[in-house]
Amino acid sequence: MTVAAAEPSGSWAARRGLIVLAALGLVLAVALFAGARYGLLLAIGLGFGLVLEGLRFGFAGPWRAMILRRDPSGILAQLLAIAVVAVVAFPLLAGSSGELAGAAAPIGWAMAGGAFVFGACMQVVLGCGSGTLVNAGSGNPVALVALPFFAIGSFLGAYGLIWWTDLGALPVLTLTGTSGLAVTLVLLALVAGLLLLLAAPGTRHVPRRLVIAALLLAGLAIGNLVVAGQPWGVVYGLGLWGAKGAVALGADLSGSAFWAAPGNAGRLQASVLTDVTSLTNIGIITGAFLVACWRRGGLSQPLPKLPARAWAATIVAGLLLGYSARLAFGCNVGAFFSGISTGSLHGWVWFAMAFAGAFVGVRLRPILGLEPRT
Amino acid sequence: MTRRFTAPLAIALIGLLILFDSATAELNPYKAPPLLALGSGAVASGGFCGAMPE
Repeated sequence: MTVAAAEPSGSWAARRGLIVLAALGLVLAVALFAGARYGLLLAIGLGFGLVLEGLRFGFAGPWRAMILRRDPSGILAQLLAIAVVAVVAFPLLAGSSGELAGAAAPIGWAMAGGAFVFGACMQVVLGCGSGTLVNAGSGNPVALVALPFFAIGSFLGAYGLIWWTDLGALPVLTLTGTSGLAVTLVLLALVAGLLLLLAAPGTRHVPRRLVIAALLLAGLAIGNLVVAGQPWGVVYGLGLWGAKGAVALGADLSGSAFWAAPGNAGRLQASVLTDVTSLTNIGIITGAFLVACWRRGGLSQPLPKLPARAWAATIVAGLLLGYSARLAFGCNVGAFFSGISTGSLHGWVWFAMAFAGAFVGVRLRPILGLEPRT
Repeated sequence: MTRRFTAPLAIALIGLLILFDSATAELNPYKAPPLLALGSGAVASGGFCGAMPE
């Protein structure tokens, strides 16, 4: 029996009451001091964290399950969530006159290479963009170490982004309108069909928990689009935190075409509590933390004893996650989830390249000491 | 050692980020955009990982 399980039910109920109050208090404080939209975005971010951690919905884990055990259930849930968002987002984007923007980005050499590296690294640390935030919030020490380096990598990747895109990139290609939605849904169905074809016997179903999580995530992602005017993203906020840190240490970012651009320079001066992706990122970490506190024994898991090379690999992988996500114009959230669901073709290229990279990452993990060799 | 140490540490780091940031950037709720972007008439202008610099 764990210590937490032995706690009297009265004090447990009081603790859960405090957790709910803390969440509401945070949202209210941001709404009061920063503005109602920002409070609402923090609430959406908390929702992401609660769903991802509470219902154990992830991206890296299901990809690993497909690669190692041919279990497609988690990826099918991801495709369901993307499809639901697409059904709502395509008409919204088509009908809005600039108030809403999709996750459109160009396909290019650096973009494809970045996605491959991201896919490999997310298997090394077993955490993608959202996964690293969720895992850090729930006390996973690997994610906690990777997160600051993810932010530094994201800052550095953005710093040199133009140099990388100059290596060669297509114009931004998007699927739009009813025909674009139809193509997107057909492609999602084809991927789902392929996964079901490759699946091991007994794995061709999606657990109810994951279906509920997919629908909740889709609702939150649509809310993110309607409130913020842009899709759910993760990496920009982390890069902004890194850039703010660099400026605080005396760095001059005027030499970076990215950070010196008016929009980004303005956000460097503004509060993180007015930046869309920073708010949802803070919400995800906090939401995951609240779930870990809510669960009986949620924080009693002992920390793993990993060799030094595993921690070194975590730092390098964290840096590469951030850097490569910038070159790839997003992570599993900004490029894969939001890119595909809002019609950007770079989301599909990202998916293919990152999945190929994941095969490498799965094999690297035991070599780097992050799991026992079999 | 358990996650009772690392999970609060993650929250503390986020708290430090906000605290440090609030010392250099002011908040003004009266300059905040409308609650919803949809229907606001304003062009979307937030930072996003897919966007090239303007």
